[in-house]
Amino acid sequence: MTTAHRPRAARGLLLTVGALSVATLALAGCAGGGSSAPEALTFLKNAENTTTEPILQALADDQCAAQEETLPLEISSVPQADLDAQVQLLASQNGLPVMFSAGGNPAEGAKLWDQGVILDLDEALTDLGVKDKIAPGAISTIEKLYGGAFNFLPFQYNIEGVFYNKALFEENGWEVPTTFDELTALSAEIQAAGYTPLSASGEQGWPLTRLISGYLFRDLGPDALKKVADGEAKLTDPEYVAAAQAIADLGAAGYFGQNVTSLDYDAATNEFLTGKAAMIYMGSWLLGNINGDGNQIGAENVGFFPYPAVEGGAGDIGQYPANVGLPATFGSKTYTPEVGEWLKCIAENYGNEAAEQGQITGFISDVEVEQNEVTATIADTIATSTDSVLWFEALFNAKASNISSTNAALLVTGQISAEEFMGLVQDALDNP
Amino acid sequence: MNSVLADKRAIAILLGPALLVYTLITMVPVVWSFVLTFFKGNPLQGFDFAGIQNFQRLFTDSYVHDAFWFTVKYALLTSIGQVVLGYGLALLYMFVLKKSSSIVRTLVFFPVVLPTVAISLLYQKLFQSAPNDGLVNELLVNVGLSGVDWLGAGDTAFIVIIIMDVWRSMGFYGVLIFSGLLDIPEDIIESARMDGARFWSLFRHIILPMSLPILFASAIFSINGTVKVFDSVFALTGGGPGNSTTPLTLYMYRTAFQYSDYGYGSTIALLLTIMCLLITLLLFRSSRRDNTL
Repeated sequence: MTTAHRPRAARGLLLTVGALSVATLALAGCAGGGSSAPEALTFLKNAENTTTEPILQALADDQCAAQEETLPLEISSVPQADLDAQVQLLASQNGLPVMFSAGGNPAEGAKLWDQGVILDLDEALTDLGVKDKIAPGAISTIEKLYGGAFNFLPFQYNIEGVFYNKALFEENGWEVPTTFDELTALSAEIQAAGYTPLSASGEQGWPLTRLISGYLFRDLGPDALKKVADGEAKLTDPEYVAAAQAIADLGAAGYFGQNVTSLDYDAATNEFLTGKAAMIYMGSWLLGNINGDGNQIGAENVGFFPYPAVEGGAGDIGQYPANVGLPATFGSKTYTPEVGEWLKCIAENYGNEAAEQGQITGFISDVEVEQNEVTATIADTIATSTDSVLWFEALFNAKASNISSTNAALLVTGQISAEEFMGLVQDALDNP
Repeated sequence: MNSVLADKRAIAILLGPALLVYTLITMVPVVWSFVLTFFKGNPLQGFDFAGIQNFQRLFTDSYVHDAFWFTVKYALLTSIGQVVLGYGLALLYMFVLKKSSSIVRTLVFFPVVLPTVAISLLYQKLFQSAPNDGLVNELLVNVGLSGVDWLGAGDTAFIVIIIMDVWRSMGFYGVLIFSGLLDIPEDIIESARMDGARFWSLFRHIILPMSLPILFASAIFSINGTVKVFDSVFALTGGGPGNSTTPLTLYMYRTAFQYSDYGYGSTIALLLTIMCLLITLLLFRSSRRDNTL
């Protein structure tokens, strides 16, 4: 053995190991530093979003082919539940993609805006001369949600309400309910006729909490949840608990059908589209399914009505819950003139391409497309609606949002009380 | 060789690279995570010094208490299931199937190599209750019982998780314990038989005492793994309904990455580390006593 007698060799080896370590550390430190000029229009979106990609691909192939030549479009996806965390990690490492979708919590998107890592679209689109291509209603919704600024692109623009099976209603002589009491009475009739009155996914949770916020907006007025966010009211106040109780009562009566806790989003949608459920509370993104091949009841047999009024309530039936789905934005550090060209092309053409694909977005469209009755009703409602409201979790932090959606099914199956449910969510708001 | 190992520089050269890699990929994140327990915040918004607030919160947070007890209950029941059924399988291989056990061993071992998410999806379908009943509910209905919304309530979801994870791993423990049983000298068993020992007394007085070391090691090994459960629960129930099936690992992940509180997430991680450390100390103590590892 001669190793011990060769100090030079040993020193050399130690030096080599040391140099390798330094190089490894340096490489690790550099990883993720992606703020230099981009070579592609990288777009990170939530995997559940299947509507944005076909439109962007169509633009890349046609109207934005020149931009595609300079910066090819590269789309990647992560599950929606992981998107906020992924984007925040990338932002902290200076490695954001050129364009990316917001996660499920607007509060998390607002954090990105506060840190200055996303583009001021008001300024960018004004500079490019295409701000008028975005619907003012969509801009106002984005400002309400994402920190008071126009910083996300409304690749979707949805209103929410109750879709119902018109044929079934006509057949049984049921009237569209205008008050919550009428909705409850109607649900009893529907149940007696052997159908599920209201299909909802308890596995997702949010389709149930949407019903709570709908009740709150109708009963206490459109600022009901803003007051909670501002600390002027608590979800544990009796009038707020009453809303949760009203929805829990629907569940206790069995109006959401059997085993609602385990029903996932697709199954809940299918309950309605196969005629087993008479109504479903959903956003206008459901039009994609209604106009698709899986609709067994026929698009012509689907009607839409707003969330009913609560008698004596301060809200108005014309105040539709509105959202921009999961909108997308651009990183401020990767925004170059070439990216600006892409943004301009998207702003100019997205609305028309989406309309041709049967989608309603927050972009202005000037093409005439043939629409069925339910699509036209929703398009008209969006165009004529003067006031909108948000949804239950819109102004919540990530923890409250998660607790709300994971406990909603327990509320409607009687596993927790209305007081407990509201208490859990309020506690998460107080202790983020 | 002695002269090499007596030379400190030689030891440094031999150990240095491994120690450096270990330090970089294990110790640095552990220390980093520990330091984070005194802070509140995330990489995007920055960190603020929080003193011992995170530790105070740890003791008053009902979600941590729930997650802790879920983890303990899950770890104990799953470990008992894995080791007891694994032992049963090992005895089956050894004394009933004997040399023809290889095909059964392979079949029972098969779930070990399947991806956890695939197994979770399989169990979701087996225990499905909406919109259509899965196989288990179909069987219940066919024998005159009513279907159960298995994943719709915490208690029943817990049962499904235990069944799934025991089924997934018992093949592994079966093989592990079988290898321990093979070490029992054949002549001892043979002489006990000649002395008139029947199956039960043979098992009670010869097989069980001689397989205790491998059983004990398997139990510790199993508990150490089940305390850190994440993937199977995440894929099967997502911790729900509510937080009824949320283990500490999942709560830690949510706190750090979904709720953007790296400091408190690291504090939960520290609690988990202490749990694992205690189990590991137990492992080392038992290995010294039994000389099995």
